[in-house]
Amino acid sequence: MEWIQGVFTSSPTIESFAIYLLITVPFLLMVLGFVTYAILAERKVMGYIQLRYGPNRTGGRFGLLQTVADVFKLLIKEDTRPKLADKGLFILAPVIAFVPSFMVLVVLPYTETLTFANLGIGLLYFIAISGISTIGIVTAGWASNNKYALMGGMRAVAQMISYEIPLLMSLVGLVLFAGTLNLTEIIEQQQYVPYILLQPIGFIIFFICALAELNRIPFDLPEAESEIIAGYHVEYSGFRFAFFMLAEYVYMFAMAGLITVLFLGGWQPIIGLGFIPGFVWFALKFSLVVFVFMWIRATLPRLRSDQLMEFAWKVLLPISLANIFLSAILKELFF
Amino acid sequence: MIRTEEMLLNVGPQHPSTHGVFRLILKIDGEIIKEATPVIGYLHRGTEKIAEDLQYTQIIPYTDRMDYLSAMTNNYVLCHAVETMIELEVPERAEYLRVLAMELGRIASHLVWYGTYLLDIGATSPFLYAFRDREHIINLLNELSGGRLTFNYMRIGGVKWDAPEGWIEKVKNFVPYMREQIEGYHELVTGNEIFKERAKGIGTYTKEDAIAHSLSGANLRCTGVNYDIRKVEPYSIYDRFDFQVVTREEGDAWARYECRMQEMEESLKIVEQAVEQFPESGPVLGKVPRIIRPPKGEAYVRIESPRGEIGCYIASDGKKEPYRLKFRRPSFYNLQILPKLLKGENMANLVAILGGVDIVLGEVDG
Repeated sequence: MEWIQGVFTSSPTIESFAIYLLITVPFLLMVLGFVTYAILAERKVMGYIQLRYGPNRTGGRFGLLQTVADVFKLLIKEDTRPKLADKGLFILAPVIAFVPSFMVLVVLPYTETLTFANLGIGLLYFIAISGISTIGIVTAGWASNNKYALMGGMRAVAQMISYEIPLLMSLVGLVLFAGTLNLTEIIEQQQYVPYILLQPIGFIIFFICALAELNRIPFDLPEAESEIIAGYHVEYSGFRFAFFMLAEYVYMFAMAGLITVLFLGGWQPIIGLGFIPGFVWFALKFSLVVFVFMWIRATLPRLRSDQLMEFAWKVLLPISLANIFLSAILKELFF
Repeated sequence: MIRTEEMLLNVGPQHPSTHGVFRLILKIDGEIIKEATPVIGYLHRGTEKIAEDLQYTQIIPYTDRMDYLSAMTNNYVLCHAVETMIELEVPERAEYLRVLAMELGRIASHLVWYGTYLLDIGATSPFLYAFRDREHIINLLNELSGGRLTFNYMRIGGVKWDAPEGWIEKVKNFVPYMREQIEGYHELVTGNEIFKERAKGIGTYTKEDAIAHSLSGANLRCTGVNYDIRKVEPYSIYDRFDFQVVTREEGDAWARYECRMQEMEESLKIVEQAVEQFPESGPVLGKVPRIIRPPKGEAYVRIESPRGEIGCYIASDGKKEPYRLKFRRPSFYNLQILPKLLKGENMANLVAILGGVDIVLGEVDG
């Protein structure tokens, strides 16, 4: 472990690049495996909430191989492309959507030592990179040459513009408290009190905006299946579609990871339970956040796009600005 | 200079929210609908024309397939029309069985509406809860008639079979269960702020509009018109039951939601009373001639189906087949106000408005 840590902090050379490649490929596969089972978990949780069984045939009683089979099916499907689609962009769009969702994973500190890139501006990096995936969605919507897809793409843009801002603003209060953008340091400061208690308003706003960023119910407007069918990925099939799905889920887990890191204290144990290793704590808190995401998906209806915009600009943004102000005063008085 | 133009968008006939094969040609500017033209007829089977070559009893299965979510009321309207023509007495036990079947069917139909409406709005779970409870009703009606969707249960002069042993008990137990479930629905959905935002003030029309477009059912009552044929012109034995006609004043999608939810409770009241008054024994089929030949003339009857006023017109020339049979199909009439409502709305509201009208395409197309 220390050796890996040494590699991470060493200056970039050809050798360290090769080692990086060797380490990250298993990590990538691990993430993919994790996503596979998280999709199964989502279906099981949804099934449990909705009085169904969820997958229970493929791979034993619990449907353990269901998602594997689904992904495999998508991979061997014919790769169709609409005749009038913009060929280059059509092929590029899933990649643009997919790559950032993996790129953000590098800054997340999973345990005290396991961070792929301990950047000084980790938080900023995360938010900035995650904004790129929306471009992939818009590109997909435009390139498909489909009216529904175009509408989905336009909705995605509107949503991104509205929600990036309160998302960032809600974190400013936290950054003021922490005095750093480095995610590892932010976790270290939460040894006794997690930031969810110090920044409750920021947490709520961030959580709502995260849902909107992830295009999940109640903010799944770009792909609202009952309105614009599947939105931006209506024309995609096979592995290109799989890329969109994967991007969505990986991004969801990245976001859950970020919430864990920022507000729930990452690997920090609950006081007195320090004998349980850090990654277990991280996994527990992380799973809790993911479960809440799933729970919300099973419960809430969808907002309308104008309501969504109104909510972002008229409610979330002023509150997050007020939160910055409040945090500044508190910081000045008590810290 | 950016050039913008209106886009022509085909919604349907295969679209998840058109509840069947219904097509809307939309002229949209961004997401704002400038003009909406409904296209119907994809499910047209010519029921009325086919009926001209059939004996009256043979038409009953065809009525099942019109409004397939509440087949019992359709069965009834045809039988009722023929019974009116030949002035046939229906045994009391049969009338009670019919009312029970129709009211249970009304609840089942409203449950489907509730579930699919929430699905349109974007909530997935209520759909499954509603269908679980609908399953109970379908099981009850299955025991009664042998069918789950197309019952073919009513006959001219009565019903096909008597209720099986213990059936009345089961219905009796179902009423409190369903009341509890409706409470649960309200907890999950009615108080939800997002749903309120989505439904309130959407697709609003006035009393005058509603009457001018000859809307009926909850679509009419949501504007404050107290009009329910079960009360206005009691048929069967509806004058024996104590129930309210549910009305709301607002005339929006939310009012329609509230109307339908409360109508379920009123239907439960009727079921409860019908179970109490249910005659111990008696025939379930009246003295019906072997071949029904109504005298020369015509008859029109109307009843309250879950979707509104369903009417049946029969013109007979004294033969055993009708000369002309015509159904007033409420979904078809309720759909007429749609282009007016959709003008100026956006795509998301389209779904909320269309779903709120509660159409069944089998009935629209006939």
